[in-house]
Order: sequence, then C-alpha cells, then structure tokens
Amino acid sequence: MTRALLALIRRDFRLAVRAGGGVGLPLVFFLSVVAVTPFAIGPDMKLLARVGTAILWIGALLSTLIGLDRLFGADAEDGSLDLLFAAPAPLPLVVLAKAAAHWTVTGLPLAAAAPLLGLMLNLPPEALGAVALTLLLGTPALTLLGMIGAALTVGLRRGGLLLPVLVLPMAVPVLIFGVSATNALVAGEGGSAPLMLLLAASLGSLVLAPVAAAAALKGAQS
Amino acid sequence: MQLTADDLTVERGGRRVLEGVGVKLGPGEAMVVTGPNGAGKSTLLRALAGLLPLAQGRISVEGGDGERTAAEHMHFLGHLDGVKGALTARENIAFWADFLGGDSTATETALEAVGLGHAADLPAGTLSAGQKRRLSLARLAVARRDIWLLDEPATALDTDGLDRLASLVEIHRAAGGLVVAATHADLGWAMTKRMVLGRAV
Repeated sequence: MTRALLALIRRDFRLAVRAGGGVGLPLVFFLSVVAVTPFAIGPDMKLLARVGTAILWIGALLSTLIGLDRLFGADAEDGSLDLLFAAPAPLPLVVLAKAAAHWTVTGLPLAAAAPLLGLMLNLPPEALGAVALTLLLGTPALTLLGMIGAALTVGLRRGGLLLPVLVLPMAVPVLIFGVSATNALVAGEGGSAPLMLLLAASLGSLVLAPVAAAAALKGAQS
Repeated sequence: MQLTADDLTVERGGRRVLEGVGVKLGPGEAMVVTGPNGAGKSTLLRALAGLLPLAQGRISVEGGDGERTAAEHMHFLGHLDGVKGALTARENIAFWADFLGGDSTATETALEAVGLGHAADLPAGTLSAGQKRRLSLARLAVARRDIWLLDEPATALDTDGLDRLASLVEIHRAAGGLVVAATHADLGWAMTKRMVLGRAV
C-alpha cells in the first residue's frame, strides 16, 4: 500500500516539475497579486505594513486555486482516474497522496516565498517569519479543502470556473485564523488561540477532506 | 478464480443501459462481448470493474485473496490509455507497476512484449496512437491481476499489435486468468465465450 502511494506522489511530483506541469504558475500569480497591491493602495508605507500580512494571505489563498482543477482533471482526461480506483490502497489515502504532491509543488513554495514578498509590502522583520510560519501551517488546509472542490467538479465541463466559487467560502475560516495568528505572533503572543485554531483547521481537513473528496470522486462515476 | 455477475442492471442518465445481464467465467476462460454502438458494452465492463453504481444485481469474485477487494483483482483497460505524455514510456509503466502492486523489475520485459523496447526512453506524448495503446497493454503484463476487462483493446493496433495482444491474453489464460473483452473487431482468440448485447435504444 505504501509503495503504491509513494509511487503516486513521485509521479505527480515528476509531472509537475516537467515541462508543461505548471509548477511555477501559482508562485508567479502570488507575486503578481502582491506586486499590484501597492499600486492600488498608494505609497503609504505605514498602511502597507499594517495590511501586509492580510494581503500575503489573500494572495496565497488565491494562488492555491490556480491549477487546482488539474489535480483530478488531468487524470480524468487521460483515463488514469479510473485506474486510481484499482489501487491496493483505500481511495481516501490515494487522494491524500495526490494532495500531498500537489501541496509540495504549490503550497510549500508559497510559504517559502512569502517573506521575500513581504519585503515589498514594508513588513517588519518579525512579521516576515510569522507569515511564513502561518502559511506553512495553513496552506495544507487550503490545498485539502480545494481538493474537495476539485473532486466535486471533476466530471463537469468548465468545472475549473466553478471551483473557486465552491472553494473560497470553505476557505474563509482558514483565512481568518491565518491572518489573526500572524498578527498575534507579531504582537509576541506565541501559542495564541488563532494559531491553535489554524492548526486545528489543517489537521481537521487532513482527516476529513480525503474522505469527502473520495466520496465525491465515487459519486462522479456514473 | 471465478467471476460471477447476476442480473446486472445499470442506469445512466435515467435510461436503463443494461438490464438483467449475467456473466459467469471460470479460470482460463475468456468472453468476447459484441453488439451495436450504444448496446452497453462499455457500460458492462465499467460496471464489472466497479466503476458504476448498480441499480440491481451483484458482482462477486471468488477464489482470490480474501484481503483484496474485487477491484484489486482486476485490470481495467478503457477507451483512454491512461498514458502521461510528459513521462517516458518506461516511467509510465514503472509507475503502474508500483501503483498496481506489480513487479517493477519486469518493466523491460513488459515493454518488449508489446514491441516498445526501442521506444522506452521516448516521452509517451511523442508516441503514436497505436503505440500508446501498446503502452497501456504493457500495463496488463507488468502487474499480475487475475481478471482483465478490456474495452476495445484492438483500437489503433496494427496486425503485429493484435498478435501481441492475442499472445498476452493466451499467456494470461494459461496462468488461469480471466478475460472479458468488448470489441467490434475480430480478435482471433481461441475458444472464447460470446455475448451479444441487444439493440441500441
């Protein structure tokens, strides 16, 4: 079972980094969102510093939506999806493996790039580390919740357009806890309640999202 | 290994595509399903593979490893090849060997068996339709599973490809495997059961 899941993670990772896999796309989108914000807000450095963490979180949230439709869409198009059902492993674990590979190439780079982009928003040094940490803890929840949407829309034409509309409302709690946890960390409250709730959101979706996505994929087979 | 399906009834889009179909196959037996377009051949195979909800009826696999589900005893070969164009032919097959619980050292033999030994390191996206079909046939050889469900396996294959398919099936049946194939073409397999599905509605 472990062998099958590791093989799937390895394949999806390899497909993502190969030409046409679109590995850098969410990152470039993240950069674009953060880069255009100062143009809209204006050259008020104090204001930028105050809203900076929120903008980074919104940017990361929107960026995780990029490429989410390919999570199952690519496998559905070439027929591999049918074969995923025949794995010697339970379907929730199979989809969890796919989510893990997807997060490694989308969520993880976002968290890693956040401090660099924070500089563009005039964030203080302590906030740079804080936002990277909260994104590292929060992006798994975003990917996993997004996976439910991806599974629900896999059989639909233009499902990729419906997907953000489905996923964004589910991601609102993660956004709230993410931003308030970052602000709490900057204010020097280490293990604050929002940080715990953010972690709970990630762990909760780690357990529930694979089951929900597997059920959605099963339901789409008709 | 025994595959039994009784009274299979499948609805798709509010229409009964299959009604009361029964299948019974023992070790080494093969069945060829024919019928006009829309008669439900693909639906039957997908239903047997457990990919479609049954409105009625049951499917059972007996004599296999009790720890494994019915789907884990089956190889499903659909209309689509399940080939990733960005990976090489060898990487594609090595993945399926690992994922479906096969022998990852057998990739070379499997590729040779379908006549793709020379193209092992080419990206699968550059292969022709027939070569991609051969690549998906190699998947059957690389992971041993007792029941093969083949939907139009002959699509895009040349005569050499058909011969290789026939010999893969022969080896599989000699080892006690079961085959259900839906097809329009004459596959030229020896001693097969036949099933003709009814008129399209």
